[in-house]
Amino acid sequence: MTSSYSLFLFKRHRVHGMLKLYYGLNEEGKAEEQPESLDPCDINGPHFDPELFLNKLRRECSLAELMDQETCMVKQIRSLDSDMQTLVYENYNKFISATDTIRKMKNDFKKMEDEMDCLSANMAAITEFSARISGTLQDQHAQITKLSGVHTLLRKLQFLFELPARLNKCLELQAYAQAVRSHRRARCVLQQYSHLPSFKGIQDDCHAIMDKLAQELRQKFRDGGSSAKDLSECVELLLQLDEPAEELCDKFLSHAQSRLDTIPSPTSNTDILEFIDRGCNEFVSSLCLVITSYQELFINHAQKGELASKNIPQMANGKLNAFVDDLAARYFSLVERRIQEEKGVADNSLLVRALDRFHRRLQAVTKLLPGSAVPNQGTEIVIRAATERVKQYLSALQSFYMDSLTDVRQALATPRLPELLSSLSASILNQIKSVLASVHLFTAKDITFSNKPYFKGEFCSQGVRESLVVSFIKFVCQSSRQFCESAGDKGGSTPPALLLLLSRLCLDYETSTISYILTLTDEQFLVQHHSPVTPVTTLCAEAREAAQKLLNHYVKVQGLIISQMLRKSVETRDWVNTIEPRNVRAVMKRVVEDTTSIDVQVGLLYEEGVRKAHSSDSSKRTFSVYSSSRQQARYAASYTPSAPMDTNLLSNIHKLFSERIDIFSSVEFNKVSVMTGIIKISLKTFLECVRLRTFGRYGLQQIQVDCHYLQMYLWRFVSDENLVHFMLDEIVGSSAHRCLDPAPMEQSVIEVICERG
Amino acid sequence: MEDDAPVIYGLEFQARALTAQTAETDAIRFLVGTQSLKFDNQIHIIDFDDENNIINKNVLLHQAGEIWHIGASPADKAVLTTCYNKTSDSRVVSCAAVWRMPSDWETGSHESPDDSAHNPQTLELLCHLDDSAHSNAACVLWEPMGDGKRVISLADNHALLWDLQESSTQATVSSTATLEGKGQLKFTSGKWSPHHNCSQLATANDTAIRGWDLRTMSQIYCIENAHGQLVRDLDFNPNRQYYLASCGDDCKVKFWDVRNVQEPVKSLEEHSHWVWSVRYNHSHDQLVLTASSDSRLILSNMVSISSEPFGHLVDDEELSEGEDNHQEDNQSNKKKKKVLINYSSFE
Repeated sequence: MTSSYSLFLFKRHRVHGMLKLYYGLNEEGKAEEQPESLDPCDINGPHFDPELFLNKLRRECSLAELMDQETCMVKQIRSLDSDMQTLVYENYNKFISATDTIRKMKNDFKKMEDEMDCLSANMAAITEFSARISGTLQDQHAQITKLSGVHTLLRKLQFLFELPARLNKCLELQAYAQAVRSHRRARCVLQQYSHLPSFKGIQDDCHAIMDKLAQELRQKFRDGGSSAKDLSECVELLLQLDEPAEELCDKFLSHAQSRLDTIPSPTSNTDILEFIDRGCNEFVSSLCLVITSYQELFINHAQKGELASKNIPQMANGKLNAFVDDLAARYFSLVERRIQEEKGVADNSLLVRALDRFHRRLQAVTKLLPGSAVPNQGTEIVIRAATERVKQYLSALQSFYMDSLTDVRQALATPRLPELLSSLSASILNQIKSVLASVHLFTAKDITFSNKPYFKGEFCSQGVRESLVVSFIKFVCQSSRQFCESAGDKGGSTPPALLLLLSRLCLDYETSTISYILTLTDEQFLVQHHSPVTPVTTLCAEAREAAQKLLNHYVKVQGLIISQMLRKSVETRDWVNTIEPRNVRAVMKRVVEDTTSIDVQVGLLYEEGVRKAHSSDSSKRTFSVYSSSRQQARYAASYTPSAPMDTNLLSNIHKLFSERIDIFSSVEFNKVSVMTGIIKISLKTFLECVRLRTFGRYGLQQIQVDCHYLQMYLWRFVSDENLVHFMLDEIVGSSAHRCLDPAPMEQSVIEVICERG
Repeated sequence: MEDDAPVIYGLEFQARALTAQTAETDAIRFLVGTQSLKFDNQIHIIDFDDENNIINKNVLLHQAGEIWHIGASPADKAVLTTCYNKTSDSRVVSCAAVWRMPSDWETGSHESPDDSAHNPQTLELLCHLDDSAHSNAACVLWEPMGDGKRVISLADNHALLWDLQESSTQATVSSTATLEGKGQLKFTSGKWSPHHNCSQLATANDTAIRGWDLRTMSQIYCIENAHGQLVRDLDFNPNRQYYLASCGDDCKVKFWDVRNVQEPVKSLEEHSHWVWSVRYNHSHDQLVLTASSDSRLILSNMVSISSEPFGHLVDDEELSEGEDNHQEDNQSNKKKKKVLINYSSFE
């Protein structure tokens, strides 16, 4: 099958190739792409060598194959012959038909040539006729042209002669515009021919009429009662009549001014939004109208016409700017006065909306007058108003803070300090938040002025963050410090509990609230710190300092209250002639009670704090050391007259090795430290007072009893009980030293008395 | 004493009274009065030799009682006053008296200082500054720069002006002023102003400071609540007549212009406990020394309110002197067991 098919293909190919050869078609391009055709055995190739092919066949093929090959070859030759015959026949037919066509064409062309000759003859005849006609019509045409020229001239003349009458009529009908238009048309001609008497007359007449007209226009203009449209028409006409533009500008503006002068004066009973609304509707819109018509008249219009050369636009522009500035300044002063009346901080949105509207309306002026300073001034007003508002909020916050302090002060009687503290700090925080929310309105997206650079940058950082939030925090710290200072001289005008409360408040501010508030602010206002701002750490340090100061002051005040009791009790008693002690003096019980209540109070707000490790049973064990061994030894030494220096030596050596006690030193933020401070102050006072007195035997014993009592109860409050022991030791030692007859009481007796209470 | 070691002088007893002997012009001399209930009290006369940086001492016996306040006559260097507590029959009485030192203490001491220590001589009593109506003298003030004839004693709520006659052996009360008010008022301390012809006196009671005119014995000004608590001491600026320094239990030192008593001119809060004593330096009034029971002595340089507004004296030397004082005080404090010292004069 395959061989027969390939044979068929081969045959087709060969047929075409041969036909091509026959017609001399150059197939070289293709032949080059078929290198196989170089094969001398390829029967279709150009290099076919029959000898080789035959040899090859003979060599390679069997007889049967040769037979096949031969029949195949014969078949091919036969078909090729028949193909050739067909082709020859076809070509012959085509040739015959081509010859026929050529013959037919020859006949057609012959006919066409004749027709063309005829056409050219006709054309020549037409040309001749046409020349003849134009020759005859020449004269008449010239005449008609002349006549029509005369007609136009006459019409013009008629117009001129009729002009005065027409102008008069226009004047009567108040059709000023038409009159001016007519006059303008005639003016040049009249000017040109004014040397002719008749034209001169017409011109004079016209002038007179036009003067009258101008007069009337001016009158109308001056009267001012007419609408803005009429007015502008007047101005337009006058301009066309060569009136001096400057004067017109002035007059126009003065008219406009008289109309705009009726700016609404601020009446305080209308709210600010309404006021601004009215101001915008009445003033700003009519101002815009004036600007538009003015520009239309004097600037845009003049630029088109011949007036442009006279520098009128510049002049007019200058006048307009001055005019707008003047008016705007007056309007702004009104607005500003009104804004300043806006003191209440209750509803900020109204003000913001009013300002927004104000600012938005002024944008119209910007569009009309690109170079004007008015919008900038408007923005400045808005900025000033905003800053003013921030200030008001600050003072409102401050007064709120002071008010809440007053409330707290009144509520101090109840022993619910933590609740008071949390409610105070929560209410302050809420107030700050609401103020921030109010202020935030200034930077809301839909407010036109919020995308001004001021409101994006400086307002947020300097305005809100610095002068509102930071100032408030500083104010809190400062007012707290003032509590310390004012109270210091007058002796505790501030209740101690308030000091404690405020101290805790400041401390809370330091630890969390300040950074919270500032973060909140920064987030809400997206503060970008272009200018240096107060860092959180500074504020925290300030708050901490205030807290420290308050707590120190609290310690001092409480310490002084107890000191005062102790001092009075020591100073007013006759210690030489006192009776043998039977019980602890009431004042000591009072001291312990007060200390306990202070401890409770402080414990409500401050953490316990660290204290040095207690010995297992502090009061008992240390007490025995305190009075039996050390104290007794000291007394024993002081009784022997032979060694008066021993007392001094002993206590001095003791002092050298003990830490120096700073009495009014700073305390830490915990209960124990606070209590230690208070007790230190009290005991030091006790000591100093004792040193100023002289004691009898029983006086010393009473002091012993009192000190033991204090010892029993005070150790638990302080961080280092040794401190109490040491100071009480000192007191007993000093009183022994100031004693005329130092005979100390038996330790057991002291204990019995103290336990009896 | 710029680079010298601090000079320490130890006393056997506690002492609360110290003064500079103003009539002595040649030497730097202090008088210290001791407090002891059980032994005879002494007056130590301490000479400071600033060339050799050593101290010479003499001891005189003051047998009347423990000394709470001492004052040296501005005219006669042998005369002094003391306020003392006398205990008799289990009662404690505060008295004041004028004394004369024995005439030969100086010569004796120079020959054998050890002897004088062992056998101290006794003060000679000139007169008592007490009468039956007024006792409990808190302090006695000599007329500054006077001839040693006039003293003021503050007793309870009275200020008594005494004239000393016949070589101070006789004292008569020439005039008195009484502090009137609610409760038991009591003068705690006072100072005789060296200005205005020595006609003014400033006193302290509780938290108030009062000024008196000695010619009429009437009050001329009053600083209520000058300190938060008790006012402990006063001193007049030696060069500026209206300026007054005060100190008290509120740990503060305040400077007042007595023409305007509403606000202090300046307030210092350096000490951490009661300030017992305040003194101006006599020639450089920007230097103010304060002593406190926080065991510290502070020398402050108050150029802004001194009579020399632009302190040309302020240099390292002054500061180091302050430190020296400090040291000395700390150490002497330890030696003397809580002695309160008034450095009245330190030149």
